[in-house]
Amino acid sequence: MYPAAFRYHRASSLEEAVTMLSELGEEARLLAGGQSLIPLMKLRLARPSDLVDLSFAPGLSYIRKEGRQICFGAMTRHAEIETSDAASHLPILHDCAAGIADVQVRNRGTIGGSLAEADPSGDWGPVLLTHPAEVRCVGPNGTRTIPLNEFFRDAYTSALAPGELIREIAVHMLPHPTGGAYLAVKRCAQVYATASVAVRLTLGDKDTCREAGIALGCVGLTPIKAVAAEKALAGQKLTKKTIEAAEEAAMAAADPQPDMRGSAEYKRAVIGALVKRAIEIARRRAGGERVEVSHYYA
Amino acid sequence: MPEAAQQLAIQVTVNGKVYAREVESRLLLVDFIREKLGLTGTHVGCDTTYCGACTVLLNGASVKSCTVLAVQADGGELMTVEGLAQDGSLHPIQKAFAENCGLQCGYCTPGLLMSVCQLLARNPCPTAKEIRKGIAGNCCRCTGYQGIFRAVESAAKEMAKQAGR
Repeated sequence: MYPAAFRYHRASSLEEAVTMLSELGEEARLLAGGQSLIPLMKLRLARPSDLVDLSFAPGLSYIRKEGRQICFGAMTRHAEIETSDAASHLPILHDCAAGIADVQVRNRGTIGGSLAEADPSGDWGPVLLTHPAEVRCVGPNGTRTIPLNEFFRDAYTSALAPGELIREIAVHMLPHPTGGAYLAVKRCAQVYATASVAVRLTLGDKDTCREAGIALGCVGLTPIKAVAAEKALAGQKLTKKTIEAAEEAAMAAADPQPDMRGSAEYKRAVIGALVKRAIEIARRRAGGERVEVSHYYA
Repeated sequence: MPEAAQQLAIQVTVNGKVYAREVESRLLLVDFIREKLGLTGTHVGCDTTYCGACTVLLNGASVKSCTVLAVQADGGELMTVEGLAQDGSLHPIQKAFAENCGLQCGYCTPGLLMSVCQLLARNPCPTAKEIRKGIAGNCCRCTGYQGIFRAVESAAKEMAKQAGR
């Protein structure tokens, strides 16, 4: 299968890519890791007139700690995050990066490309929504910062303006003791998840949850920040009752569509089960325990 | 829509040999390897980023060459299945696949060999779980994978022995 013909351009910097895209017009697209765009082009679901390739531009792939933030360059590949110090520090990042598709896709796909694609089944959206995070962008009108919780607008639609590109993603680290977990149910490695849940807990005294971040993937037009589920845990002791309340609130926040991966009822039930398990793992990790998790293949 | 197909000059080192070719911008890496270079060891399987039959190493990292444009490999180093055997003798991974029933029809084998090549380069002594995760991007419809797992374990042992570990 061949993509429809297009003109290929190589940007030497992010700024040059912005200029190229605004000169080339609306039918031009940015090429990052290409693991979504190239398949879409081969299926002729995307027919860009021009591709601006960012993979030869230096300095866009990095993971930097800046004070209480971890910053990811837009072109940082999933595989680089998987093996990074940041991921061993924040295991939820490892759960996500190591669970995206398969080795080959993780070697090419980028965190910036994944967010910009705004696929409702994308993995980074729910994971990063559990922390305060922001997307730093550059566009024809200069630079701006978009809070992540305002970034996803609709299926495959982000707050990025035409010609605007992601420069980096900044994730704010939270005070100790904090722990998180990302769990997904999928048919096999290569496919998108049926449903996924990300939980981050910041604990207080005596098993009290000071504050929580809970987000859901694959069960709506965008990743869903389950605010009611977060509230069900905030300031509460983590008991069977409060965890069940969070589970129910998350299931109510989900808006799943039936498709070949499962019925709406099934996906909602999966969300409930994953919330419960992710809370448990996040709590253990907040307590300093090393807990290895992997997605469920079912 | 562009009127005439855009041609671009690229240079790629494949299995240690430098190739310079003119390619259309939309040419996929797997078709470049097979049709422009005549190296047909790399197979096209599903052509949808799923099966991994087209896996090659690009600058040391395994990629599905049906999902990379040839122009993206410009200036890069590729290794394909043809690069494994040295001086007419099979690579330890190839030998291990042959000896442990790691293949039946063989269609997925070139891609699997390259995935295992990367796996063992990054993790010379993988656990059973790490082997499964390391080759999750490669489908085999014949073997049921058990022979493949045995082959990877045996290749890891042999390569460790050769490296004097």
